[in-house]
Order: sequence, then C-alpha cells, then structure tokens
Amino acid sequence: MKIAITSTGNSLESNIDQRFGRCAYFVIYNTENKAIEFIPNPNKDKEAGAGPAAVQFIASYNVDKVISGEIGAKVKSILDSLKIQMIIIKEPERKIKEIIDMLENN
Amino acid sequence: MAARIKRLRKIIELPVVKGFKPYGVTNTKQNEKPIILLYEEYEAIRLCDYKMYTHLQASEIMNISRPTFTRIYASARQKIAKAFAEGREIKINGGNVYYDSPWYHCNTCSCYFNNPNIDDVIRNCPLCGSQDIVSDNFSPVSQEKLVDDYDDYCICPNCGYEKIHKYGEPCNKVVCPQCNSFMRRKKFF
Repeated sequence: MKIAITSTGNSLESNIDQRFGRCAYFVIYNTENKAIEFIPNPNKDKEAGAGPAAVQFIASYNVDKVISGEIGAKVKSILDSLKIQMIIIKEPERKIKEIIDMLENN
Repeated sequence: MAARIKRLRKIIELPVVKGFKPYGVTNTKQNEKPIILLYEEYEAIRLCDYKMYTHLQASEIMNISRPTFTRIYASARQKIAKAFAEGREIKINGGNVYYDSPWYHCNTCSCYFNNPNIDDVIRNCPLCGSQDIVSDNFSPVSQEKLVDDYDDYCICPNCGYEKIHKYGEPCNKVVCPQCNSFMRRKKFF
C-alpha cells in the first residue's frame, strides 16, 4: 500500500506541510518494501486549481491514503470519488520521520 | 429581502441509479414529464424506510433539524406516490446536498481520518494503529455543494448570458462577463 504525505522539505527531518495542493514535496511511502520517495510538487506555484492538479498527480502513483494538515472542499470531493482515505494531522510541528515511524509500527 | 440560504443536507450514500422508469403503460397518453426526486429526498427515504432510523436519528445523520427532515420526508413520499399513481418516471437529481464519508478522531495521535469505503468497518487508527478512536460527526474539511445538472442558472437580464448558479453566491452581486450588468436567478426571473 502506498501513502502520500505532504512535506515542507525533502528530508525526513522536515515538517508536515499544512497545505495540500501547494505543499513543497510529496512523500510517497510504500508500506510493503519500506521505500520512501520525495517528489517535488509540480503545481506548487500554479495560479488556480493547484488542489485538483495535485490529486491527479498523486493519484498517478496509485496511493491509497493521503496525510496532510488541511484538505479543501474541491480536493475532498475528488478524493472521495477516488476512494482515497484522508488523514488530517493538525500539528505543523510533526516531522515526516515521526509519521513514517508511526506507520511502520502500525 | 432575499430568502435565507438553505443549509446543505449531508448525504452518506449516493443513489445507485439515476432514476426509475415505468413499464407496461396501459394509458396510451404517455405522461410526458418525469418527477424530480431530490437527492435529500432519496436519502430521507433510504434512512427512514430502508435503514429504519427514526426521524430524529436520520435528521442528525443528515445534519439538519428534525422538522426539516420530516418536511423533506413528507415531500419525498408525496412525489413517489404521485409517480406510482400517475405512472410517471422518477429522476433522482438536484437538491441542496453535499456528500461526506464518515469521519473519525483518534485519541492517541489526535489525527482525523475518514472511511472512504462505507462497507469496511474501521477499528484501528490508520496512522498509529490505536483502537482508541471515536466516530466524529464534525468534519475537519470544508464542504462543497454536490455538483449536479439541476437546472439552477443565473441569467443576465441585459444580454441573456447564462451560467450555472453557484451555491452561496448571490446572483445580484455577480457581474455579467459580457455586458457588465448584474445577474439574476433564472428561476425567479
């Protein structure tokens, strides 16, 4: 199973990004082979429609879950129709490493 | 005075069909117009008569008051009876609704998560695996009205330009992109 996490930077020490569509990096974590991939968000500086574009982008990686700080109404309806689970962490100080540790111990 | 904006009704499960058609019509004079059953009316029937909830329980699920639920339910019954008695087609369309999946809150890692697949039962937090989770009626995500092809348009009284009405956005404050005059709601125009 693949899980996408929004990140402010491209290291395990970076914090979770509170924005979904305009986050700096997506972390794609594969629970089967423990692979962690950092992908820069191509739609970060898009004028409008960054959220739906981001969903399309991460959906191409076949993720089953999305972890972010905040998810907008437009993105939510697309994620609902794609049956992708949303997990919302309202703590900007959470590090990517901590989240992946939690997922591993799960 | 403009009317108060209707609160959006919450829909947990979307209808599996777009409508119902009668067959074997004995009356040669075909009844031309279909009955439009709104999404909220469909959901009211589903919760009340299929899931056997009381009006109060169902109204809490749909995030509306009990009297509002009863009104929607009565209207749904009336429409279905009319369709049966007159042999008309039923179309499920339109309404003031939003779709939402059930949300949960984890007390261990204080995250919020939803259950996109309504058939699955969730026992553990997907993040930390803790079993200390509570079902939460509050959704951390803002809601958008379900997009549908219900005929609710804004029209420009000057040039006749039309666009689909956006929920919560008064038409008389919207400027027509073609002739810069204020728009009107088509169904009241």
